[in-house]
Order: sequence, then C-alpha cells, then structure tokens
Amino acid sequence: MLGRLKQMLIKEFIQVFRDKRTRFLLFGPPIIQMLVFGYAATFEIHYVPTVVLDMDHSQESRELISRFTSSPYFDVQRQLTDSRQIHDLIDQGKATVGLEIDAGFAQKLRGGQTAPLQVIVDATNSNTALIASSYITQIALGFAHDYQQDRIYRIAPQMIDAIPSVELEQRPWYNPDLSSRWFFVPGVIGSLTLVLVITVTAFGVVREREIGTLEQIMVTPIRPAEFILGKTVPAFLIGLFDVTLIATVGTFWFKIPFRGNILVLLTGSVLFILCMLGVGLLISTVSKTQQQAMVTAFFFIMPAISFSGFGFPISTMPQWMQYFSYAIPLRYFLIVLRGTYLKGVGMDILWPQMAAMAGLGLSLLTFAILRFHKALD
Amino acid sequence: MSFTRLLAVARKEVIQILRDSRSLAIVVIMPVTLMLLFGYGVNLDLKGLPVYVYDRDGSQQSQDLLKRFQASEYFHVVRVVNDYPAITRALDDGHAKMGIVIPWDFSSQLGQGGPVQVQALVDGTDDNTANVLIGYAQAVVQGYSTEIQLNWLRGRGQSIQPALVSVETRTWYNEDLESSAFIVPGVLALVMSVIGAFLTSLTIAREWERGSMEQLISTPVSAMEIMLGKLAPYFVLGMFDVIVCAVIAIYWFQVPFRGSYITLLVSSALFLMVVLSLGFFISVLAKNQFAACQIALLVTFLPAFLLSGFLFSIEQMPVALRWITSVVPARYYVSLLKKIFLKGTPTAMLYADLIPLTVFALVLALLATRSFHKRLE
Repeated sequence: MLGRLKQMLIKEFIQVFRDKRTRFLLFGPPIIQMLVFGYAATFEIHYVPTVVLDMDHSQESRELISRFTSSPYFDVQRQLTDSRQIHDLIDQGKATVGLEIDAGFAQKLRGGQTAPLQVIVDATNSNTALIASSYITQIALGFAHDYQQDRIYRIAPQMIDAIPSVELEQRPWYNPDLSSRWFFVPGVIGSLTLVLVITVTAFGVVREREIGTLEQIMVTPIRPAEFILGKTVPAFLIGLFDVTLIATVGTFWFKIPFRGNILVLLTGSVLFILCMLGVGLLISTVSKTQQQAMVTAFFFIMPAISFSGFGFPISTMPQWMQYFSYAIPLRYFLIVLRGTYLKGVGMDILWPQMAAMAGLGLSLLTFAILRFHKALD
Repeated sequence: MSFTRLLAVARKEVIQILRDSRSLAIVVIMPVTLMLLFGYGVNLDLKGLPVYVYDRDGSQQSQDLLKRFQASEYFHVVRVVNDYPAITRALDDGHAKMGIVIPWDFSSQLGQGGPVQVQALVDGTDDNTANVLIGYAQAVVQGYSTEIQLNWLRGRGQSIQPALVSVETRTWYNEDLESSAFIVPGVLALVMSVIGAFLTSLTIAREWERGSMEQLISTPVSAMEIMLGKLAPYFVLGMFDVIVCAVIAIYWFQVPFRGSYITLLVSSALFLMVVLSLGFFISVLAKNQFAACQIALLVTFLPAFLLSGFLFSIEQMPVALRWITSVVPARYYVSLLKKIFLKGTPTAMLYADLIPLTVFALVLALLATRSFHKRLE
C-alpha cells in the first residue's frame, strides 16, 4: 500500500513541478495578489477633494471650515462663491465633497437655533463617500461642542472649574493606528489559500478524467484510497507552503504584527486546508471537464469570500446571510488569522473556531470521499 | 476568411456549450448570484454594532448615559457585565466590538465638577467599523455632557443657549445612500470578466490539452476563423448577461438608471471585446487549463475587483498603484457604468472613458489574432 502511494505521490509531484509555468503559477500569483490587495484595499481616506461655499462669512463659519482644512481626511481645494459651482465640480468629478454654509449660520448658532451645515457628497465614489460623510459629522459635532465650551467660558469664566463635563477616552485595541492594511492582510492569507487549494485539488483530479488518464490509473492495482491520498497530499503540502509564503510576505513586507502563537495559527491553517481539500474533492466529483470544475469552484469561492466577513462585517448583513456564514469555513479561519495576528489570543479563545473547522472539515472530507468512490466506479 | 467556416466553428462551440448544461446554467445563474452577493453583502452603513457595558457606578446619572447608548441605532447593547475581564474577553473573542466602562466615581465626580472620563474600549481590528463606533460614541457622550452642563448652569441661574449644528447631507446620484446602489452597477464588470476571460481562456487551452487542436489545424479553417468562431458564442452570452444584470439592478435593487441604454450596450460590448481577447490571448499562451485559469484570475478578475474603483476608490490608492490602474480596462468600464447608471452623464461627455476602452479593445483584439498560429510545436 505504501509503495503504491509513494509511486502515486512521485507521479503527482513530477506532474506539478515539471512545467515551469505551473511551478510559477503556484507561488507567483498569490504573492502578487497579496501585494495588490495590501495596497489597494483600504477603508482609510486621505485628502478627499473638497470644495467649500461659505455664504455666511462669519468667524464661526470660518472656524468650522478651518477644521476641515486642517483635517488630514479632507483637502479643501477651493472656496467657491456660487452654489452652482459645487454642482459642476462634483459632476465633473473634480470634487467628492461639497460643504455649504448658508448665510445666517452664525446667527442661528448664537441664538441657540440649529445651524445647518449642508453637505453634498458624490456617492458614485465607492466607499469614500460613505466614510467621508461619517467624518464630516464628527467634525461638525466636535465644532459645536467646542463652541459650547467657549460660550460657557465667556459667560461664566468663574464657573469653568466647577462645571461638570463628560469626556470619552477612546482606546482602539489591537490596531491602535486603525490601519486598514492590518485588517486586510491577515484576511488575504485566508482567501488566497482558499482559492489555491480548491483549484489545485479540483483541477488535479478533473484533468486526469478529461484527458482520459484517469482510466489508465484505474486499471493499475491502485486503490481508491491511495488515489485520493495521492491527489490530496500534494495539494495539502502546496497549500501549507503557500500559507507560509503569503503570511511571510504579508508580515514582513507590510509589517503586520504577529502577536499570537505560531502553533495556533498552524493548527488553524491545517484544519482550514483540510476543509478546502474536501471542497476541492467534492467539486471534482461533480465535474467532468476542467471548465466545469472551474465554474463550480467559482460558485463556491465567491459566496465563501463574501459571507466570511473578509471585507465587511457579518453583523451588518441581512439575517439570512448571517446564518449562511456559519457554514463557511473561511469565516472561522479569518477569526483565527486576525486573532493570532492582531489580538494575540490563543486556544482558550479560538477553540470554538478550531472545533467548527474540524467539524466542517471532517464532514466535507467524508462526504467527498464517499462521493468519490461512487464517481470512480 | 470564409463566413461559412467561421459559422461552422461557432456552431461547434455552441454545441459544446449547450451539451454542457452546467456551464450554460452558470451563465444565467452567475450574474444573479454575484448581484445578490454584492448587493446585500457589501454594506458600509454600519448599524446595531454589538456593545458591552460595565457600569461601575450604577447611579442614576450613569444609567442616563447608558440609556443614550441604548437609544442610538448604531449600538446594540448586548450585555451589561460587572467586571473588567468580561469586557476584555468579549473584545478578544469578538462578541463585542466596543466596551463602555463607566468609572465608579462617575456621579460623585460629576457632583464635584470638572471632567469625568468614560472609557470606550474598541476592537480596532476592522478599522472602518472602529472609526464609525468611536465617532458615534463621541457624539453620544458629547450630547450627554452638554445636557448636564446646561442643566447645571440653569440650576445656578445662568441660562445659556445650546450650540447646535446639524449636518444635512445630500448624496448625489444615490439619494438614499444605499450601499447597493453604488456597488451593483460595478458588478457587471466582474460578470463580464468571468464570462469573457475565464470561460474563453479555457476553451482554447482545452483544445490543446485534449489534442483536438491538432484536428482543427488539419482542417482548412484559418486561425482568424477559429478565433472569431470560438469567441462569437461567448460574446452573445456576455451581452445576454449585461441585460440580465441591468434588469436585476434596476428592478430588484432599484438602482436608478439615468443614462442611455445604447451607451450601456456599446460600452459593454467594448469591454467584452477586451476580456474576450484577453481570455483568448491567455489560452493561447497557457495551453493548459489550470494555467489559463490562474492567469485569467490574475489579469482580469483581480484587477476588475480591486483596481477598477468598483469597491475601493482609486484616488485613495498609493501613487504607483493609481498609475497602474490607468492600464486596467475595467477601470474605464466601471467608471462608465457608474456614470451611465447613477449620473446620467450624456454620451458625448463620456469620451474620457470610451476612448481608452476602445483603444484597449482594438489593441488586445489585434494582439490576440497575432498570437494564435495554426502550428504544432
């Protein structure tokens, strides 16, 4: 049995590494994708092009505008004189945010009425518009609060020490600079591993079937179990190697801290790769051609990445999507990745994730192997 | 070039597609799935984020502050705990995104005057969520602080007007600021990339891999006829998907459509030419389906997803990457889609995107024809 398995493994490794192009494709694209993701995927905004129309010309309105000018999030490019200009500049895509302060702003503020700050954002500009509008609210509320403090100070300077006030002391844990890269890079390790292991496994089997070499193998004394092992062991090793490779690039190139225990991450990776082997095998049992395998794999990969919380928090998704996400192994692996990288937590916290992946992996593999036997017969 | 032979190749390809019912189903189901996934799954509008509370004071005042947190739609106070480790643990295992700690001397400090600090421990892993949480927590605390100050002053015979600034945001082109409206039009670019590059890159590689290319070469069919014949059916499928996607976007997600249908079809046809040529080019180079699929992922799907401005806005990327995006055809297509759907920009004003897209389509089509020779190596 071991002898046959060894022969099968030798054949597989020769097949994978014979071709220079395939050799490159196993390791090159993941690294390129990691780099592109690390630089392109961001929720941070810097210097969003902003134009301002101040019709009030008061000290208050200037003070409010100066808060935007000094903010690193906004780049106040022009002071306008006519509200039609805002319209044109946003239409032409030259500005993403337009701020408009109408005449009477200061008067309302002094009189205790609500003073409006009109904001126009170009919502075609992907995530920037949404993120920018929450910063605008923060800046405006901060301005109102400080203005209030000033007023109290002016009216009753003798009371300023006695007056109660509440402040928020914010402590962002795990990612003190709130860097998007720290959020995305560990996640990319998971999603790249997913794509690679599934495609390598599914294509490896279906290719033999499509070219007709599967029949040749079946006439040899090899047993189905040996064949399955012969196919999955190389995929498993390639997956593990790639996790290490991508993680190394991510950690050292992007300088993401690794605070947890490397063994915990390794355990999580092994369990996750096993799940993906199961998925890959399952896909191979239902596909006759590589095109079919590819298309089926794609159908698994897209939802798996969308539901996993890779880019957007699961808690904001519709309820049915949230339930669905429990069946996605990547969901658990992402928690393990971010947990070990950023939070530095160990098994005591991550065991439910490990258990879930082990359970899913076991059922996926069992199911795949059962189906596989049938498919071979 | 003979039209009859071209038609024959196209017919062969159509038969092959029709015989493979799964690939055909995919062509119909995939746009629907991708639309639903991105339309519902991508949500930057964060609400109801889980919060833990540790009230060490337990006074009337601290309860008043907590009530304000409970009343906000942005927070969902999941649990009230009574020790510090319970909060750190909840942040560690992800059950809470934020923990609010009210100090034991909260009410007595307020009685004495001066600032009292309330702690917000925030899970910074996901920087966008953390930023939003901090912003809203700040607003709640400032609102509370202002109220107690005004009450305090009133109690001492000083009546001061509150300083109120409201932010009136108008989001242009997407008035409800629904995440789905700015995401959904861009999904078309993803669908086209998958149809165009994935499916086609596999078709030529498959002929090489199975050996049927030799049979094709021995026929009088010319290289040009093979290419056009192979691509024509996929072009039709792609255009069909454009219509499916547009219908879902407009009728299911209620995305406004303000531009011209003809412009939408023309730009989609151009982009389809780009991805089909790329797919063909890849398959000629790869000659092996696994390689073809990996390369297609790298040069079409990944840029369409990350570098097109579909999710992450280009202006926020590092300069080098922004420069790279100018050679990503999907960038111009996504920009066209957003303008046609949301802005309703007149077609004459779209030349900045249409011209590069046309150039890409022509150059790549030329490259694809040049790359393919009827030769055995």
